[in-house]
Amino acid sequence: MTVFAFTFYLFAISTLIGGLFTVVSRNPVHSVLWLILAFLSSAGLFVMLGAEFVAMLLIIVYVGAVAVLFLFVVMMLDIDFAALKAEMTKYLPLALLIGVVIIMQLALALGVWGFADGVDGRLAAPSGDMDNTRALGLLIYDKYIMLFQLAGLILLVAMIGAIVLTLRHRVDVKRQNVMEQMSRDPAMAMELRDVKPGQGL
Amino acid sequence: MVDFFTNTNLGIVLVILGQCLLLLVPILVALAFLMYADRKVWAAVQIRKGPNVVGPFGLLQSFADFLKYIVKEIVVPAGADKAVFFLAPMIAFVLAVISWAVIPFNDGWVLADINVAILYIFAIGSLEVYGVIMGGWASNSKYPFLGSLRSAAQMISYEVSIGLIIVGIIISTNSMNFGDIVAAQSGAGFLSWYIIPHFPMFFLFFVSALAETNRPPFDLPEAESELVAGYQVEYSSTPFLLFMIGELMAVVLMCALVSLLFLGGWLSPIPGVSEWWILGDGPHWMVLKMVFCFFIFAMVKAITPRYRYDQLMRIGWKVFLPLSLAWVVIVAFLAKFEVLGGFWARWAIGA
Repeated sequence: MTVFAFTFYLFAISTLIGGLFTVVSRNPVHSVLWLILAFLSSAGLFVMLGAEFVAMLLIIVYVGAVAVLFLFVVMMLDIDFAALKAEMTKYLPLALLIGVVIIMQLALALGVWGFADGVDGRLAAPSGDMDNTRALGLLIYDKYIMLFQLAGLILLVAMIGAIVLTLRHRVDVKRQNVMEQMSRDPAMAMELRDVKPGQGL
Repeated sequence: MVDFFTNTNLGIVLVILGQCLLLLVPILVALAFLMYADRKVWAAVQIRKGPNVVGPFGLLQSFADFLKYIVKEIVVPAGADKAVFFLAPMIAFVLAVISWAVIPFNDGWVLADINVAILYIFAIGSLEVYGVIMGGWASNSKYPFLGSLRSAAQMISYEVSIGLIIVGIIISTNSMNFGDIVAAQSGAGFLSWYIIPHFPMFFLFFVSALAETNRPPFDLPEAESELVAGYQVEYSSTPFLLFMIGELMAVVLMCALVSLLFLGGWLSPIPGVSEWWILGDGPHWMVLKMVFCFFIFAMVKAITPRYRYDQLMRIGWKVFLPLSLAWVVIVAFLAKFEVLGGFWARWAIGA
C-alpha cells in the first residue's frame, strides 16, 4: 500500500468514525468534538486532493468559528440529554426508513452516473504554475464576481435582519457611556469640603 | 546510504523525523530559558531578584520546575469527564508544537515549505481555543468553566483582527509563503521591513497577539483575583505542565510571526551587508528578533495592569476590527495604484 493510499484510508475512516459518533454519542459535547474530528479529517482529504486553500478555509471557518459556537451553546444548555436520547428507540423505525430511502436514492443516482466527454480535463487541478489559491481568487473575484457579491449581500441582509429582530432596548438596565467615563476629570467627579471638627458633613 | 535516505519510504520518514527533532529540541530547551528570562525581567522591573537559587544565577530553575511537575500526583476532580479532561492539555501542547512546521529560520530552513503557510498558522491558531474550552468544561467546576468561556470569546475576537492585519501583508507581498514574505522585505536593510509601510498594523498586531495568547494585560481567562487560575484550576502535574508549555510556545510563536511579518525575519537590519559573515542575513538575526519581541512581551507583562473584560471586548470589536478592516481597504488601494513606487506593492519593484 502506498503512503498516499494509506493516508487516504486514514482520513476517510476517521471522517466516517467522527460522523458516526457525532450521531450516537450520549453526551452532546462529545458529539460536537466528534464532529470536529470529522471536519479535520475532511480537511485532510482536501489537502490530498491538492486543494490546500479549501482545506485551510474549512478548518478556519468550520472548526475555528462555527464549531466553537456549537460547543459554546451545547456546553451552556441545561437539558437532560440522557432522557432525550432515551426516546431515540421510539423514533428508530422512522429514522431507519428515511435512511433506507436516502440510500436507495443515492444508489439509483450513482448507478446511472457517467461522465460527459471532456470532463476529465476540468476535474484536474489547475494547471501550470498557478497555485489553487490564485485560481480560486480569479474564479470568485473575476469570473463569478456578480454571483459572489449577491451571495454576500444576501448574507448581510440576513445578518442585519437577525440583529434587528432580536435587538431590545432595555430601559431597566444601567448602561455604560464610555465617552462620558473617559471625559471625567477630578474637578467634575470630586468635591473638596472643609469639614469642621466635631461636625461632620 | 544516501540512496536509502532519499529514495525509500522508511528513509524519507526517518529524515523527516530527524528534522522535526532538530527543530523541536532546540525550541523546547530555548523555552526553558525564555521562561527563566520572563521571570527575571518581571523581577527586575519590580526590583526583586527573581529565581536565583537553582544553578548559577538560577539558570536551571525551569528544569527544576519541569522535574517537579512531572513527579507530582495527577489529581482528577470527581465528576470530571476523564477523556476530555486529559485530551485538552494534549491538544493545547500538540497544536502549539505543530505550528512550528511552517516557520522558517533562514532562506529554505523550514520543515514544510507550503504555499498557504500563513493560513496554516492561522488555522492552527484558531484550533488552540479548543484546548482551553475542553479543559474548562471537562473539569466540571465553576471557575474553570467561566475562565474557558472568557478565553474562547477573547481568542475568537482577536483572531479576526489578526487575520485582517495578515491580509494587508499578503496584499503587499502577493504571496502567502513565509519565504516570499521575507524576501519581499529585503533591499535597504531595516528601511525595507514591513514595520514601516504597515506601522499602525504592527502595533495592532502586537496587542492582538497579547490578547490571543492570553498574556497580561489580557490574561483574563486566568485572572487570579477573580477566577483563581481560570481554566487550569483543576489541573496538576504533567497536564498542567502541558498547558503551560503550550501557552508559552504560542507566545514564542507570536514572536516568530512578528519577526517574520514585520521585522524582516532573517534579514540583516543594516543596509548593504547582506553577504557579510556575521552582520549579513542569517538565522541569528531571526533568533535575535524573536528574543527582542519576547523581551517586549515580558516587559508588557511586568508594567501593565490587567484590563477589565468589557474593555477588552470593546477594544477588540469596536477599535481593532474597524481599524484593521479599513487598513485592508487602504493597503489594497495603495498597492493597486503603486503609490510611492511599490512602497506597499513589493512585487512591483521586483523585491
